[in-house]
Amino acid sequence: MGVMATDIVDGTVRAGGAKPHFKWEDPFLLDDQLSEEERMVMGAARDYAQAKLMPRVLMGHRHETFDRAVFEEMGALGFLGPTLPEEYGCAGVGYVSYGLIAREIERVDSAYRSTASVQSSLVMYPIYDFGTEAQRRKYLPKLASGEWVGCFGLTEPDHGSDPGGMISRAVKVDGGYKLKGAKTWITNSPIADVFVIWAKTEDDVIRGFVLDAGMPGLSAPKIEGKFSLRASPTGMIVMDDVFVTDDHLLPGVEGLKGPFSCLNNARYGISWGVMGAAEFCWHAARQYTLDRKQFGRPLAANQLIQKKLADMQTEIALGLQAALRVGRLKDAHQATPEMISLIKRNNCGKALDIARVSRDMHGGNGIADEYNVIRHVLNLEAVNTYEGTHDIHALILGRAQTGISAFD
Amino acid sequence: MDIVVLIKQVPDTATRIQDRVKDGRVDLDGVTWVTSPYDEYAVEEALRLRELHGGTVTLLTLGPERAHGALKDMLALGADEAQAVWDPAFASLGTHARAEVLAAALRKLPHDLVLAGWKGVDGDEGLVPIYVAAALDYPHLSFVVGVEVEGRTITVRREIEGGKEHMTADLPALLTAQKGLNEVRYATLKGIMRVKSKTIPVWTAADLGIDPAALPAPAVEVTAIERPAERDGGRILDGSPADASRALARILHEEEKVI
Repeated sequence: MGVMATDIVDGTVRAGGAKPHFKWEDPFLLDDQLSEEERMVMGAARDYAQAKLMPRVLMGHRHETFDRAVFEEMGALGFLGPTLPEEYGCAGVGYVSYGLIAREIERVDSAYRSTASVQSSLVMYPIYDFGTEAQRRKYLPKLASGEWVGCFGLTEPDHGSDPGGMISRAVKVDGGYKLKGAKTWITNSPIADVFVIWAKTEDDVIRGFVLDAGMPGLSAPKIEGKFSLRASPTGMIVMDDVFVTDDHLLPGVEGLKGPFSCLNNARYGISWGVMGAAEFCWHAARQYTLDRKQFGRPLAANQLIQKKLADMQTEIALGLQAALRVGRLKDAHQATPEMISLIKRNNCGKALDIARVSRDMHGGNGIADEYNVIRHVLNLEAVNTYEGTHDIHALILGRAQTGISAFD
Repeated sequence: MDIVVLIKQVPDTATRIQDRVKDGRVDLDGVTWVTSPYDEYAVEEALRLRELHGGTVTLLTLGPERAHGALKDMLALGADEAQAVWDPAFASLGTHARAEVLAAALRKLPHDLVLAGWKGVDGDEGLVPIYVAAALDYPHLSFVVGVEVEGRTITVRREIEGGKEHMTADLPALLTAQKGLNEVRYATLKGIMRVKSKTIPVWTAADLGIDPAALPAPAVEVTAIERPAERDGGRILDGSPADASRALARILHEEEKVI
C-alpha cells in the first residue's frame, strides 16, 4: 500500500474545492460549522462517552444503579461547569461546546446527561452568578472536579409548572434562616453533597440558598419505581426546619428570575442533548433495517421504512442547526428565553417521536434493553416533561407572539 | 529529559478503504484524518516520562497543514510544543527520504529521546522510525511495551514470541511504541483550551538545509493496489450431524489438506 502512504503525505489529495457530496449522517455539514476547538471538545466527549459510559449504561438502567465515579471522570475531563472561568477550576469553553458535550453524553443516556446538566447549569451556574466570592471559592472547585455532587430544589409536590406557587419557606432567624418544605423530582438529590434550594422568605420573595448535606433536618429520600432516567438517582428533598447561617443565602438574585436563569442554561443544553439521543435511535433504526431481511430483502428496502428514516434525518438536521444557532447567539449574549423554549420544546418532542418510531422499526427486538432504543424512549418521556413541559413552552411562545399570558 | 515524538496523521481506522480503491490508487478525498493510534501510545508514554523525570515533550510531523490537526489533538493531551515540517517538494517522498527529512528536523530540536509508533496505520510499512534511528546513529528499540529511564540509560520491555525481552541502551535513543505500552489519556477541556495559545511553526526544506533533489529516491515502487478477492459463498453440508461431521473431516483432510 505504498502508493497510499505517499498520497497521505501529499497535501493536494483533499482539495478544498472538491465537489460537494451529501453526508447522510450530517446533511448540513454541522461539523464544518464548528470551530476547531469545538470539534476537539466534541471528539473528547464522544471518545469518553462511548468508551466509559456506554459499557455501564445497560446494567445501570436495568438495575437502577449509578456509579459515583462518573462524576470524578467527568470532572477530570472538564465536563462539569465547562463554561465557567478557569479560576474556579473550570475550562471556560463556549456554549456551543457545552451543547456538544450534552449531545455526546445523551447519545449514550439522558440520565448521565441530566446528572451533568444539573451539576453545571443548576448548581454551579447559580453559585457562580448569584453567589459571593467566598461561596464560589468554597463550592465551585469541588463541584468542577466531581468531588462534590450538587442538586437543585425548585419543583415541589404540588407545584411543578407553577413554581411561583411554591410553599417552601425561609424564615429569618437570628444569624440566618430556617428552611421548611419539600422538593420533589430532584435529580442527584439522594447522593448530593450540595443543595441549591429555592424558597420564599416571609415577604413572599423567592430566594436561593446553598445547603450542605448533613445539616440537621435535611434529608433526600430516593424516589422508587421510576421507569425513566433509571441510570441516575432522583429523589425528594425534605427540609424540616433546617437552620442555615446568612452566608448560605445566594445574595445576587431575588424572585423567579433566579431559578429561571438557571433553567435557561439547562434547557439550552437539553436541546442539544436530546438530539444526541435521537441520533442514536435514528442510526440504530437505519442499521437494523439494513441488516434485517424479511420477505427476502432488507427492511430498509421498504418505502415505509425509508420515509421514516427521512423524517428522522430531517428533524435531527433541523434541530441541531437550530441548537447551534441559539448557541452562537448565547455566546454573543443575544439569546432570549423564548428562543430556548422553542428549541427545548421542538427538539424534545421530535426526539421522543424519533425514539418511539425507532422502537417500532426494531420490531419485537425494540422492547429489549440490549437494543438500547426502548431505554431512550423511556428517558425522553421524562426529558420532554422536565424543565418545562412541551405544553408549557408552547404557552411561553404563545404569550410572546400574542401578548396574552395563558398562565394567569 | 526532553522528548520528541514523531506523529503521523492517517485516515481514520474506520475508513472503508476497500470502497476507495480506483485505478490502482486509493482515493482519500473527504476521509476523516486522525493521529495514528501507535503514535498516541508514544505520546502518552512521553507524557508519563515527563511526569516522572521533568523536561519537555515536543511533537514533530512531516505533513501538510491538515496534519496540524493531529498535532493539536496531541497538544490537547498535554504535549508542550509542536513542530511541523512541510514543503511542496516533500509531497511525494519515499520512506527513506521522509526519514531523512525528519532526522534533519530532529537535529534542530534538542532531545534525549525520540518516540514513535511502530508503524503508521495507513501504509503499514513501519520503516520510517528505523531509517530515522539509522540516520541519527541512535539505538533503535522496537515494539516496546514498557519503559524506564535511569540517568542516561533507557530500559525497555518488548514482547517476543512466548516471552518478554528486556533491553537497555544509552540515550539518546529512538523507541517505537506497541499496543499494550499504556492506556492513552483523554483530552481534557482545559487541554483543548490550551491548544489555542500554541502556534505550530513549519520548517521548509530551506529551513532544514535540505536539497529535495538530493534526497534518496524511493527504493520500492508500488505497482498495483487491488481489492481482495470476493469470498466464495461457502458450502453447507447436509445430513445428520454424524454424516455432516464425517463429510467435514474428509473435506478438511482430502480437499483442503489442513488436517
